[in-house]
Amino acid sequence: MNTGDAIVDVENLTKVFNGTLKAVDGVSFQIREGEIFGFLGPNGAGKSTTINMLTTLIPKTSGKAEVCGFDVTKHANAVRRNVGVVPQDYTADEDMTGHQNILLCADLYGIPRSNSKTHAEELLKLVELQDAKDRKVSTYSGGMRRRLELACGLINYPRLLFLDEPTLGLDVQTRTAVWQYIRTLKEEYGMTLFVTTHYLEEADSLCDRIAIIDHGHIVKIGTPSQLKESVGGDVIVVGVKEAQPDITSDIASVATVRGVKKQDTDYRIKTENGEEAAPRIMDMIRSKGLHVTKISLSRPTLDEAYLELTGRTLREEETNRWAMMSQRRTMRMSRS
Amino acid sequence: METTKQTTARVVAPIANNSPVHGLWALVNRDLRKWYTNPYQLIISLVQPVIWMGLFGKALNFSSFITGSGAPPAVVGATLQSYFGTTSYFSYLACGMLIFIVLFTSAFSGMSVVWDRRFGFMNKALSTPVSRGVIVMGKILQSVARSLIQAAVVLVIAIALGMSTGSLSALGVAGTFAIVFLVAMGLSGLFVMLSLRSSDWQTQMAIINLLNLPLLFASNALFPVKIMPNWLQDVVKVNPVSYAIDGIRQLLIGATGTNALWLDFTVVVGFALFFSVVGVVMSWRLLKK
Repeated sequence: MNTGDAIVDVENLTKVFNGTLKAVDGVSFQIREGEIFGFLGPNGAGKSTTINMLTTLIPKTSGKAEVCGFDVTKHANAVRRNVGVVPQDYTADEDMTGHQNILLCADLYGIPRSNSKTHAEELLKLVELQDAKDRKVSTYSGGMRRRLELACGLINYPRLLFLDEPTLGLDVQTRTAVWQYIRTLKEEYGMTLFVTTHYLEEADSLCDRIAIIDHGHIVKIGTPSQLKESVGGDVIVVGVKEAQPDITSDIASVATVRGVKKQDTDYRIKTENGEEAAPRIMDMIRSKGLHVTKISLSRPTLDEAYLELTGRTLREEETNRWAMMSQRRTMRMSRS
Repeated sequence: METTKQTTARVVAPIANNSPVHGLWALVNRDLRKWYTNPYQLIISLVQPVIWMGLFGKALNFSSFITGSGAPPAVVGATLQSYFGTTSYFSYLACGMLIFIVLFTSAFSGMSVVWDRRFGFMNKALSTPVSRGVIVMGKILQSVARSLIQAAVVLVIAIALGMSTGSLSALGVAGTFAIVFLVAMGLSGLFVMLSLRSSDWQTQMAIINLLNLPLLFASNALFPVKIMPNWLQDVVKVNPVSYAIDGIRQLLIGATGTNALWLDFTVVVGFALFFSVVGVVMSWRLLKK
């Protein structure tokens, strides 16, 4: 397969639970080999359901889903051999050491011990767990557990690694470390990564392309900067000393300005190329004999893009009880 | 350093073992390890049969009703023989206990499926190319292994506490453990199958109690079938546990059986085959998320 070819090809993928609940509704996307692809959306948006279908854990209801060139239904075992999965839960066996856990995963993939023993050592080194490898997992911290899950997901030399909420509940420092491992996998190992997250900053700093998913639909796919630009460019807020006269229409006529809103003595201006537009706007206001009291320029954030595209902010939302309990357990364990 | 990383990066996955049963030993060992590396669990599971044998077996002594009646020894012997097929109630009960411990060990084989599901290990295993049937077989076999060890402990304790050893033979012991193996296989298959869709341990506990106590009491494990009401006798006759115990009594203490030994074996083999095969077949349908 050429590097440009899609490693994941999904078309109109749908999952209906119990005949009525549409968890994933006609989703289509492609993942290119070697990129970090992010699924961004709130809890219950259909992220995990999509991952579960692509990793052959649950059958799809309809649509096409090919992973590494294999159909997930017809060639489930071929898909399983080619991908690695790092689930949201901490699945490692607490009563076993980190090293034993990795070897167990290797055995499940049918990798001969002659190979898995040396490969396990390499992976433990990669995730910096070689010093703790002979300790029981029950003594591990949250960050260590997450790293161990990462190593287990890599034991079968996957071409594509699925990471479901890889930093859920981790503190900022550990989160940054996990991101670094993920980048290493892409840059040094040429691996393709599929990451789901409901952390905007994670999607922003990590992913090459992001699909925003909400209520089982993909709302928009693009690079982080494309998504931000789609919101409508930079925002300039200008304060003017005198409330009168209203100069909204004058500001709107300045080149590249897309929209103006008056809030008391402030004008909230949406524009392209904010740095260049700001001096033009100031000149125009002075030419009217008015005084600018303050000015601020802000670039659009992914939060704003998300708000614009889905109509709501990204926050924790109640989903089903088991999912919430398992998430809380993950978060609790990650803090221990 | 960089070069080693690069080489590992581009190393193609080794030729994986494609055997349909790969991973079986790894899964069985994972479950057994929890048992043999945890001294508390091991001791508790070994103490339980001691309590049953020592307290229940010694306190509930049916033969004392008859021996204490003042009847001549020959009559006492004949009466005991006619009820229990042997003159020692303790030996009679000990054989029942062998299967009793299997019943309770197997019942909890389903619990480990529930926990694996709850804590995500099941999903992890399902995302690997390990056969779904192997996952179920692994659960059944780990429970069978525990049952065999527990039954061996029960047997040793029973002998120490006074089970009659007059008819003990190597062949009899081998046959006994063959029956223990088969019953453990069938019961574990049944309980694992019932747990495949469940991630709720309360339901699983309810199922265990709902099945285990009737299987135990509606059998010949504790009391002779003869003293039971007719309707209960009919239930005992369809309970595979009764056939297993009947066979063990004939093999281990030379008791007069209710059924021919070949019939006992046939029922137990059928029971084991049915539930282990159904369990593995159902795993393809039921082991989804």
